Amino acid sequence: MFPELGQLALILALLLAVLLSVVPLAGALTGRDSLQAFARPLASGMFVFTGLAFAILTHAFLVDDFSVAYVANNSNSMLPWYYKFSAVWGGHEGSLLLWILMLAGWILAVAIFSRKLPPVMISQVLSVLGMVAVGFLLFIIMTSNPFDRMLPNIPADGRDLNPLLQDIGLIMHPPMLYMGYVGFSVAFAFAIAALINGRLDAAWARWSRPWTTVAWSFLTIGIALGSWWAYYELGWGGWWFWDPVENASFLPWLSGTALMHSLAVTEKRGVFKSWTVLLAIVTFALSLLGTFLVRSGVLTSVHAFASDPERGSFLLMLLGITVVGSLALYAFRAPVVHVRARYGSLSREIFLLLNNVLLVSATALVALGTLYPLVLDYLELGKLSIGEPFFNATFSPLAVATGLLLGAGIFSRWKKTDGGWLARKLLWPLAVSVLATAAVMIGYGGFAPWAFLGVFTAVWVTVATLWDLWDKSSSRKGRLHGLKRQSRSYWGMVLGHLGVAMVMAGATVVSNYGVERDVRMQPGDTAMAGDYEIVFNYIGERSGPNFSAQYGEFEVRLDGETIAELHPEKRNYSVGMSVMTEADIDAGLFRDVFVAIGERISDDAWAIRLQYKPLVRWLWLGSLVMAIGGFLAISDKRYRIRVKDVKAVEQESGGTAAGKPAEVTG
Amino acid sequence: MKRVFLFLPLVVALAVGIFLFAGLGKDPTKLDSALIGKPVPEFSLENLADPELTMDTSVFKGEVSLLNVWAEWCPSCWDEHEYLMHLARDKGVRIVGLNYKDQRENAFRFLNRLGNPYETIIFDPEGKLGFDLGVYGAPETYVISADGIVLHRHVGVVNEQVWQQELLPIVNEARGES
Repeated sequence: MFPELGQLALILALLLAVLLSVVPLAGALTGRDSLQAFARPLASGMFVFTGLAFAILTHAFLVDDFSVAYVANNSNSMLPWYYKFSAVWGGHEGSLLLWILMLAGWILAVAIFSRKLPPVMISQVLSVLGMVAVGFLLFIIMTSNPFDRMLPNIPADGRDLNPLLQDIGLIMHPPMLYMGYVGFSVAFAFAIAALINGRLDAAWARWSRPWTTVAWSFLTIGIALGSWWAYYELGWGGWWFWDPVENASFLPWLSGTALMHSLAVTEKRGVFKSWTVLLAIVTFALSLLGTFLVRSGVLTSVHAFASDPERGSFLLMLLGITVVGSLALYAFRAPVVHVRARYGSLSREIFLLLNNVLLVSATALVALGTLYPLVLDYLELGKLSIGEPFFNATFSPLAVATGLLLGAGIFSRWKKTDGGWLARKLLWPLAVSVLATAAVMIGYGGFAPWAFLGVFTAVWVTVATLWDLWDKSSSRKGRLHGLKRQSRSYWGMVLGHLGVAMVMAGATVVSNYGVERDVRMQPGDTAMAGDYEIVFNYIGERSGPNFSAQYGEFEVRLDGETIAELHPEKRNYSVGMSVMTEADIDAGLFRDVFVAIGERISDDAWAIRLQYKPLVRWLWLGSLVMAIGGFLAISDKRYRIRVKDVKAVEQESGGTAAGKPAEVTG
Repeated sequence: MKRVFLFLPLVVALAVGIFLFAGLGKDPTKLDSALIGKPVPEFSLENLADPELTMDTSVFKGEVSLLNVWAEWCPSCWDEHEYLMHLARDKGVRIVGLNYKDQRENAFRFLNRLGNPYETIIFDPEGKLGFDLGVYGAPETYVISADGIVLHRHVGVVNEQVWQQELLPIVNEARGES
């Protein structure tokens, strides 16, 4: 009975979404307030019914209703309740439902937090979001119904959740990722609404900014969680594989980062408008492309998701309508601006423009590497994998260039920066960074060109960021007062940049100074990983709720002293007949020691994987710091729009439009 | 700036769309080779495990073999490996590895971690034999007859379905003849 109600709820949500995408927009275009007034109630209603569908599916999982095919395929009665809960999004149908729930949540949030926006704008934004919801609700109802029943032959028990997904990292990873993906739909909707209105101005940029930043923060956390999970759960100790599915989430992150910066320029200086609106469209399109790549199976990947040509074509159609529609609108409506230099060659505008050029190049590069196999296939040249070497060789220089520019750009001023002044300003940070990098090189024992560049870039960004903070916080009333006076969005920027520096430092150091060893060990043997001595004590057996495991006991010693005891496992999941390697890690802020059990070589000898991973935690901590920066930035009071502020913004934008030497044609 | 340029993103998107659409309909693993029915190209390369040992086409003589092109850096090869292990161990299929544009230590690490299904492995760091075979990328698998003739080429991952429907009939036929 319940599952049918779930399906009904989805259909009702679809009907409301259809209304949402038509009625307020019609109201906005014809200027009828009565129709626009439907926007908020429709948004709330859609959220309620999607939420209901999600709750019903969750209920089916918790009570082991194996008559529902999706539950039978992704759960098992022996699964602990929290994994039953997370199994809701363990497969295609459920994760799509989660996607839609998130979308409905974002739409509701826009409806709630944008009360002070002009009604025409908000009606259009909600209608555009409604259209996106229609697409995905149709997709789930027509191709991927999570409530399909297996009647009359109800299986006695479920097939179990993929053991890779039975993990805390994976409980959190998809929701965060989807929050990010879906969140970019808001920036997209604002862009489309602005294009329809022909109002691409500072006000539009200001309204889009907090939404973009939140989405970006969630996506950052989502990607970091995925990387962390891959690190400890896949059992290989790698943290980024340039796998198509990873790239799919990285693409919108890169263009979303570019969008955040370009929005800042558009808000503050009223330039780069066409570019910003294009980035907003592209970022959301890349989020959809990510969904398509993961769900359609056009690319092979280590993330084995169900692939189905019917679903693939539907998603592609959805993607096509969204992208072609919005880009056509863009082509006809975006302002054609004849740029007369209003800013000097070293202005902050130029630095941010270069930042955008680099980030967009990086996006294009990753997209090329990800889609290249498809293109070759189309040209009848075969199917292949582009390996990590391509990405590492091409992405690293871009990352370094972005970081180096960032350090210099922090000191730049809007409109015009004096070259000599900037050079003098950078001299000390440069000296400090070179010294600090040299110290790090000596500490890790060994100079390598790429290691030097990477560490230097990270230190450079850190020093420049802190230097600027120090400059800005000087105050006659004392340092503390000066620090307190800084706005939250400034603190957000500081944290964002420090986070980037941490990730760069972590990535560089762990790639260049990490140690990976595969050794043959018998109980009693000792092996070295870096400076750490690892003793294999014994190996035993134990059984968990839905698996049996062989577990080893290892002692980690540094300079003869035992600092940790590790228990890696090799688990055998009885229902799904799959074997999982559970690595054990002695984690630390500055290094991880990682032990995983591999194949059994002979009766008493095992292949053991030992790793010493310096600064690997910084990858994820840095991402967290970035995300915290994002959340801090949007809590800045200037985003809390009050009625009179809106008026002020409108006047301000009207003023700049008239006062600017820009010409709008076409 | 002319309005025409604003259409550029649309054009790019449409082009990408065509490729994506084409990728959908197609069996990604079908690809013919000009070499089918011809002998494996002559080569002289080191053995992966033993640099002293030089390998040539005689490695294929005497028994029907699979020639599997792989590399540590290729994610699909990680995917495929478990099935190759199964073929070698449980089905007694003779598999010759071609370690393609890889480094020795990486290749060893890969094998240590996942096991070694190969009877012997040709080490081709510069992709010489790969070039002569017309390898587009790893993984690829060739069926080679007992007298060293290329019978079939499969591009992409070998799994149960590919083995049963595509490779096994050819292997069986070749075994019957010799």
